[in-house]
Amino acid sequence: MTNSPLRFRDEPEHDEPAVTLDAFLGQSNATAVRIEAGEDARALLPHLDRLALVEVSFPSFRDGRGYSAASVLREAGYRGELRAEGDVLVDQIPLMRRCGFDSFAPAQPVDAAALARALEQQAHVYQGAADGRSPVWRLRHG
Amino acid sequence: MYRYDQYDQAIVDARVAEFRDQVERRLSGALSEDQFKPLRLMNGLYLQLHAYMLRVAIPYGTLNSAQLRVLADIARRYDRGYGHFTTRQNLQYNWIQLKDAPDILAELAKVEMHAIQTSGNCIRNISSDQYAGAAADEVTDPRPWAELLRQWSTFHPEFSYLPRKFKIAVIAAPKDRAAMRLHDIGIEIVRNADGQQGARIFVGGGMGRTPMIAHEVRDFVGIDDLLSYLEACLRVYNRFGRRDNIYKARIKILLHEIGVDAYREQVEEEFLAVKQLGLDPPKAEFDRIAAFFADPPFQADAPDTIDRSDPAFALWLDQNLAAHKQPGYAIATISLKPAGGIPGDATAEQMELIADLAERYSFDELRVTHAQNLVLPHVRKADLYAVWQALDGAGLAEANLDLIGDIIACPGLDYCSLANARSIPLAQKISNRFADPERQRDLGELKLKISGCINACGHHHAGHIGILGVDRKGTENYQLLLGGSGAEDVSLGRITGPGFDEDGVVDAIERVTDLYKARREPGERFVDTYRRLGMEPFKEVIYARP
Ligand code: SF4
Repeated sequence: MTNSPLRFRDEPEHDEPAVTLDAFLGQSNATAVRIEAGEDARALLPHLDRLALVEVSFPSFRDGRGYSAASVLREAGYRGELRAEGDVLVDQIPLMRRCGFDSFAPAQPVDAAALARALEQQAHVYQGAADGRSPVWRLRHG
Repeated sequence: MYRYDQYDQAIVDARVAEFRDQVERRLSGALSEDQFKPLRLMNGLYLQLHAYMLRVAIPYGTLNSAQLRVLADIARRYDRGYGHFTTRQNLQYNWIQLKDAPDILAELAKVEMHAIQTSGNCIRNISSDQYAGAAADEVTDPRPWAELLRQWSTFHPEFSYLPRKFKIAVIAAPKDRAAMRLHDIGIEIVRNADGQQGARIFVGGGMGRTPMIAHEVRDFVGIDDLLSYLEACLRVYNRFGRRDNIYKARIKILLHEIGVDAYREQVEEEFLAVKQLGLDPPKAEFDRIAAFFADPPFQADAPDTIDRSDPAFALWLDQNLAAHKQPGYAIATISLKPAGGIPGDATAEQMELIADLAERYSFDELRVTHAQNLVLPHVRKADLYAVWQALDGAGLAEANLDLIGDIIACPGLDYCSLANARSIPLAQKISNRFADPERQRDLGELKLKISGCINACGHHHAGHIGILGVDRKGTENYQLLLGGSGAEDVSLGRITGPGFDEDGVVDAIERVTDLYKARREPGERFVDTYRRLGMEPFKEVIYARP
């Protein structure tokens, strides 16, 4: 499912396949893991330093648990690749970027022009998030 | 009231441009209806029974006259000359064409309005006390808090695909005029022992199929921690709220299933982590917002007496006025509930007239109430007669605030694609049956609320008398509920028993109100008598065989 993901990272794609959360927690040498929508991203927190790729599954575009999973991982200091996989819609990618996703493997092909427009749409954001953009209150008060 | 700065304006303008692009893609066929649906819903555009419906956000129910005039203008140019004020202090247009929607949003943006997050599984428009900034009983004006939350919740990256919609209400008075405890999160601004203001947080209220009253989760959160605390509340919900069943997906079900103590513990733990992230703006930002809500320049020596010599005017005063914090001023509610009318509907001409009155007599301010009325919040007592005369001339001086004629009703089967039964014709029938103003006054405070289906947009659980439209073997049927309240004496109504047809439910209401009149003790409202007597005697009169 990870054929040429859409990436917003400079380093080359991680080539080890992602294992399930159970498999990852049960073996000490895996460096890539996939978490399903209902799984607790916090289980990864003790192991962040050996992870190079976390793939978060979106079984339906309506299922927003992955946004919190990503935020939790980034807030805990995870710096590796964070990939959204599954039913990911073009107009959701800007929000996912804000939560710290930097790689996307949408089940349906994404219209590149529409994505470019979507990513540029909002010059300002109201709230702090994992992407580190300055919320407007910071712009207002320096 | 709040005014946009360059950032607020840029965000709303960008949204209009984005939606224009999305509508073009839809009209050209590049987007299917399936793909377009979540996008239009994020902009308040529903596909209803006959046409598109556009829901415009009125943050915490506050409007100025220029905004109301634009709403009137849109009603005339793009709809059929009227709009419908909703129980969430919003305005809905029922006859919108898709191709016009971007232009309408552009018109709204010119007066600092939008339709962002008026639908979808996200944090919806923040509602509040319609008397905010004017009420004699308030601790402070809750609207700066609500505006802070409006900004925080707008396009929140983590909470735009929640398990279900999420409604927040903010009040700051002991009297609850916003049904605060029937919201996913209800916030009451209070003062602690040190004189500091803070938020008392209630979580897990709601109506719908499984009505619940919100639980207190925290007795005090200071302004410096509020956004972090709410992030924690929402994150626990987003991670653990149910997604397997749309009817169990609201936060009230999560609290019910894990218990308020377990929920609180998880929130507190999450809060400790989130608090480190610097999500809370500095106090200066709150102060910046609060400055917009400073008192208008009240006349210090405005006379505090009213000439009541016109009896019709005196009746309106007694019913539709509320106490203002400033001597010499009053809060006046404009009823949108004429006998036989459609609750919450206003024509473009009515909106314009009310906008003129607000500009001339109420420091340019207006409010929308969750009971689907409008409010002139700051009227000099000396001007009340002139205001009343203007309203009376336009058929807007109905003196029925909080009486049986002041019915809340959702759009129901006349418009709504989810409805089981019509709400509007029933509301019209009831208000006609009880049209006699003297009879209404004699019955006293009686909050009657009608929903056309279990989604409860008409707040039937919270009605002293509630009516729920159901589908019984293909015909419209109405269940009757008694004893609910959305106010500070919050309670959930109970179903009386088997349902009725349209005329049957009107008769049943007449019987329960007759019983109330026969059995009430001095000073008792309908709901007080019901609480004292219990359901049984009411049931007896409703279902008695002749
Ligand atoms: S209560 Fe039901 S019928 Fe009424 S507006 Fe809501 S969804 Fe529609």
